[in-house]
Amino acid sequence: MIPLSHFLILGALMFCISMAGIFINRKNVIILLMAIELMLLSVNLNFIAFSYYLGDLQGQVFVFFILTVAAAEAAIGLAILVVLFRNRQTINVADLDNLKG
Amino acid sequence: MEQSNIALYLWIVLAPLIGAVIAGLFGRQIGRAGAHWVTIIGVSVSTLLSAIVFKQIVMDGGPVFDGTVYTWGKVGELEMVIGFLIDRLSATMMLVVSFVSLMVHIYTIGYMHDDPGYQRFFSYISLFTFSMLMLVMSNNFLQLFFGWEAVGVVSYLLIGFWYTRESAIYANLKAFLVNRVGDFGFLLGIAAVLLYFGTLDYSEVFGAAPMLTDQTMNVWFDADWSVLTVICILLFVGAMGKSAQFPLHVWLPDSMEGPTPISALIHAATMVTAGIFMVARMSPLFEFSETARSVVLVIGAVTAFFMGLLGLVQNDIKRVVAYSTLSQLGYMTVALGASAYAAAIFHLGTHAFFKALLFLAAGSVIIALHHQQDMRKMGGLRKYMPITWITCLVGSIALIGFPGFSGFYSKDAIIEAVHASEIPGSGFAYVCVLSGVFVTALYSFRLYFMVFHGKERMDEETRSHLHETPAVVTVPLILLAIPSVVIGWFYVGPMLFGDHFGDSIFVLPENDVLGELGKTYHGVIGFTAHGFMAWPFLLAMGGVITAWFLYMARPELPAQIAKRFALAYEILMRKYGFDEFNDIFFAGGARGIGGLLWRIGDATLIDGIMVNGTARLIGWCSSVIRHMQSGYLFHYAFAMIIGLLILIGLFVTFAGLS
Repeated sequence: MIPLSHFLILGALMFCISMAGIFINRKNVIILLMAIELMLLSVNLNFIAFSYYLGDLQGQVFVFFILTVAAAEAAIGLAILVVLFRNRQTINVADLDNLKG
Repeated sequence: MEQSNIALYLWIVLAPLIGAVIAGLFGRQIGRAGAHWVTIIGVSVSTLLSAIVFKQIVMDGGPVFDGTVYTWGKVGELEMVIGFLIDRLSATMMLVVSFVSLMVHIYTIGYMHDDPGYQRFFSYISLFTFSMLMLVMSNNFLQLFFGWEAVGVVSYLLIGFWYTRESAIYANLKAFLVNRVGDFGFLLGIAAVLLYFGTLDYSEVFGAAPMLTDQTMNVWFDADWSVLTVICILLFVGAMGKSAQFPLHVWLPDSMEGPTPISALIHAATMVTAGIFMVARMSPLFEFSETARSVVLVIGAVTAFFMGLLGLVQNDIKRVVAYSTLSQLGYMTVALGASAYAAAIFHLGTHAFFKALLFLAAGSVIIALHHQQDMRKMGGLRKYMPITWITCLVGSIALIGFPGFSGFYSKDAIIEAVHASEIPGSGFAYVCVLSGVFVTALYSFRLYFMVFHGKERMDEETRSHLHETPAVVTVPLILLAIPSVVIGWFYVGPMLFGDHFGDSIFVLPENDVLGELGKTYHGVIGFTAHGFMAWPFLLAMGGVITAWFLYMARPELPAQIAKRFALAYEILMRKYGFDEFNDIFFAGGARGIGGLLWRIGDATLIDGIMVNGTARLIGWCSSVIRHMQSGYLFHYAFAMIIGLLILIGLFVTFAGLS
């Protein structure tokens, strides 16, 4: 029996990796989207672990919702990415500084 | 009886007011003739009724009227009322004021004949008559103050009557500002009266005055002052402003920018004497403060002598008369200081007639010479203007105090009273008023000789048009010349030594200089005869002869004297430098402080630091914070996560506590 804490630590590690992916990545917007996906998956993992240990199915139901939304989000994100590339001929994150004050 | 009296008094003040309102608001509809008729009728009604009141109260010894007509405000214990106190003092003043005013109204028809502001002018002088009557008839301090300010406003309006002239605007502003200084003292005095007496009614205040003689107040650090002294000096500061006493005299000579009838009515005969009247009215207060009377005495003496000296070097005919007025006001003030209140009011009355006469005569000369006021361009007018000549001569003789003429009785009484007085400063004052007599005679006859005798210095064009002025001008001159001659003769006995003023003037027995003089008074003939042998007469004659010698016999001498004593001449020409001093110190200082407040207070502090500073601070902060807006997505995300962590940290820490 794998204890709950292992799942939680794994989730936390995945979350940290994805966060680092967001901050440290300066090159590619696609990697950003992937990092966000990974973040959502780490949350999903937490949900499932708790659901299993508490014997409550609601957590797993919730995970389906999240997966659905994440899929939709990835589709929209990639579509935006295509438009972005069409406009600016780049998907380099370091070049995207239109919000600079 | 009571009710009909109130109606009588009300008509005295309201008749000129009605005239003023009609002439002022409907001037265009009623036309020029309408304007002078309506105001002259109003003032005539006033004069006639004043004469009736004078007969009732003074001649027949009728009862004093002291009553409220209308209460217009009530605050706690304090009642603000319009009331009349008609006793012998106010009855005398009412007659003088309304009579001189009537003469000036008539004279104005001739003087202002071609002026576009004819109706406006009549409206103003009628309004002035109303205000002045309100002032003298008042039975409480508040109404006194109302009249006081109202005459000040009308004076302001009239000095600046020709408002397109730069100098007139300057003069009226100056008069107003200098009077403000005096009025500030006056207002403080009234406030002190209210504080210590709890009422503004004359009779209650005067009744309570003896009880307050020992009370002191803390004015300055630890200095204890007698309450009455403080009140009296503050009130006198008001009188100094209105009656143009040194050092608040600077506005009066400049007020000659106004039309001549105004100089006669307001700045010689009536308004400027308001201060004298007020102090006489307050005699029950002043009697209990020797310090205050001493101040009054010294200020008056300084004004009487030193302002007279200035008249010697002026060349503008009206300014000479103006400095003469200052000097004579000084005489009145000296009399007040010496407790000879009756002599002061007597001189006020005689002065009102002969000085109004002199001003109107000067005005008559000015009309004849087409508004030429420089005496150096006059001379020899005797032949062309006989009536003006004779009346002006009468006025001058009255002014210098030639025995038998009105000025003699009043001025001689003042000099004798000062001589008899023993309060501190009376020795100095005596020297001043005595030498003032010589100066008075000198400048009066300098004017007289320069204008009416000697070479004709006007240009050919003017000379060919010279003729006597019309009847509306000369008749008032004659009507004023008569009292200038005779009024002293009739009133010297009752006014000074009799009971003309009855209880309206209060003098402590130990200060009663006039009573002292009265012991040696044996009728008007003896008084007059004695005048021929006394010092003032000799000094006056000396002044006349000097004037004759300098301006008739040896006309080249004055210029040489001026050259020889260049420094003294310069000082006199500059009027002791008061104007410069005020300009530099007060006006310049005020402007300096204003500029300082503007630059430091407004421009730097409020605009610079408060308003623009706020904006600039925000701008600076945002320019710093702006560097955080890198535009990079990962920076924002990082900030978001940090924020989230802080929030969670707080939540975890504090959620457990609650």
